[in-house]
Amino acid sequence: MSAAVGEDLLAADAGGGRDQLRARQRRATAVSWVFLAAVVFAVVVLLVLLVAVAYRGVPSLSWSLLSSKASRNAESAGLQTALFGTLWVISLTAIIALPVGIGAAIYLEEYAPRNWWTRALQTNIANLAGVPSVVYGLLGLGIFANFFGFGRSIITGALTMALLILPVIIIASQEAIRAVPLSLRQGAYALGATPWQVSRHHVLPVAMPGILTGTILALSRAIGETAPLLVAGAAAYLTYNPDSLTDGFTALPIQIYNWTDRPQQEFKDLAAAGIIILLVVLIGMNAGAIYLRHRFSKKTRW
Amino acid sequence: MAMVKRVTRVMTPLALVLALLAAAMGPAMVARAQDGTPAANVAPYEAPENIGDLEGSITSDGSSTVGPITEAVAEEFSGLAENVEVSVDISGTGGGFERFCAGETDLQNASRPIAEDEIAACAEAGVEWFELEVAFDGLTIVVNEENDFLTCISTESLAAIWAPDSDITTFDQVNPEFPAEEIALYGPGTDSGTYDYFVETILGEDEAGETIDSRTDYTASEDDNVLVEGVGGDENGLGYFGFAYYTENEDSLNAVEVAQSADLSDCVAPSLETVRDGTYAPLSRPLYVYVTAESMERPEVQEFMRFYIANAGALSLDVGFVDAPAEDYAAAQAKVEAAISGEAEPDSATAGA
Repeated sequence: MSAAVGEDLLAADAGGGRDQLRARQRRATAVSWVFLAAVVFAVVVLLVLLVAVAYRGVPSLSWSLLSSKASRNAESAGLQTALFGTLWVISLTAIIALPVGIGAAIYLEEYAPRNWWTRALQTNIANLAGVPSVVYGLLGLGIFANFFGFGRSIITGALTMALLILPVIIIASQEAIRAVPLSLRQGAYALGATPWQVSRHHVLPVAMPGILTGTILALSRAIGETAPLLVAGAAAYLTYNPDSLTDGFTALPIQIYNWTDRPQQEFKDLAAAGIIILLVVLIGMNAGAIYLRHRFSKKTRW
Repeated sequence: MAMVKRVTRVMTPLALVLALLAAAMGPAMVARAQDGTPAANVAPYEAPENIGDLEGSITSDGSSTVGPITEAVAEEFSGLAENVEVSVDISGTGGGFERFCAGETDLQNASRPIAEDEIAACAEAGVEWFELEVAFDGLTIVVNEENDFLTCISTESLAAIWAPDSDITTFDQVNPEFPAEEIALYGPGTDSGTYDYFVETILGEDEAGETIDSRTDYTASEDDNVLVEGVGGDENGLGYFGFAYYTENEDSLNAVEVAQSADLSDCVAPSLETVRDGTYAPLSRPLYVYVTAESMERPEVQEFMRFYIANAGALSLDVGFVDAPAEDYAAAQAKVEAAISGEAEPDSATAGA
């Protein structure tokens, strides 16, 4: 019915306008199909990858994969050493990068004067976020491993990773802080609060969900990084689990890479199983991010 | 291999009766290691009583080919000396030597002998070293399983195919009887010790004494599995890589016999026997471990090297390589013992002179 009315109206319109409308509608439909194709393409590629990995890796999944160390026998090989290394490096990365990153964001948003110096800092941070990760690896090797003499150790790996994700954390935290309504700050300042009190008691709690989401996504990225760790000194094989900051370490992506390089077929299946473990750790971290975000959002009272 | 562990473990705490039993088992183990060939002159490893008290960390770097052997040795050794931490990095033979000659690592895994410039770098940094042969590998020329005409190739033809200015693009240019199909070449990248060994052996040196680089219009990868996939999936594929990667993929690949004479009268197929006894010439190559003289003064490194040489044969077979001849291991054992007692002059003293 309505379509018929539309037709009548269109018919009443000048002929040229009607053709134009049809053309625009066709274009709109075409574009929506293009976007749908983009989504389907992305999801299908991801699914194919996941199914391929699951198909090869699931049969090799077992507790011994987590509980035993690397071995030349595929049946008894595990990635405990690599899992420990990854957990050490990532926790330490979080401990280093979180305070520094959030501190930098608070400074830039709440304290820094709006002048050319701040703008220069801002531009540099944005640029650093785009530097290839292997460059950070070389930096870590040069500065932490050689200049500071930390060697090829966990602390070198963690500091390198922290540098790598700092720009991302700073930018994400800034966005979150910027999203806090100005009225909240003005209210606090009106009551005589110092800038620190405003940040500590009013801005940070409200911005926390956003900051945490950004941070955990950055850490999730760091967990899958291979290049900077390879360069900054992760070992391919260790007989021991690291238990101090200056110990050598290996990490999950490196263990996976090492396995794919072996001639024996069973090691390639193990590599697929390793990828599943890495994915589980990643999904776990992302789930943690969602949970924390939810918790902090509920706390917010206006 | 569980046996090695058991033998040595049993010996450590117990008295004479068990020691005798273990001694009786020892030669049996070594015989297995040598794949049937008698090998009476490689002494089995005897762990000292205090091996559990050894402490320290041993670092190694180098070839991705030799790395797995050192990993296997480290794995077994850590079962005996629990407080010795061993790490194995894989930066390639060249990258590993850079760290080794800077004194950063104790051990260097090498799929070729140390080069002139590396000898100089070590000397400059004052790093003295011992060279130990630990296993053999046969560079295997492979074609797709569908390829039934290329069964033997002369080193001369190999050189013609891989020469930098080679104009060979089809199989019938190698032999007019072959089909006129285009050859798809696969090989390791130039950072690989495998590449170095192949071009040095097959292409040799130019008049100026420089090693000739191979042609560059081939599919190169540092990851041998990529080459396996490449030749295995390409009917006209032709490539070369380590023996282990062929034996693990025999269903998709054929190994090509190699002849040293142009008339193909002396074709030899790569196998455990022909690689070990060197009849698979010239592509059978020794694999090495280098250790610094300074590190050899530390008790944990001394014990590790004793263990390494005594078990290198069995463990290299385990990870897909070929064990060296028994007399080579015996010689390496003698060298290790002499290095420990301080009688031996480091190999660096006579190298490059």
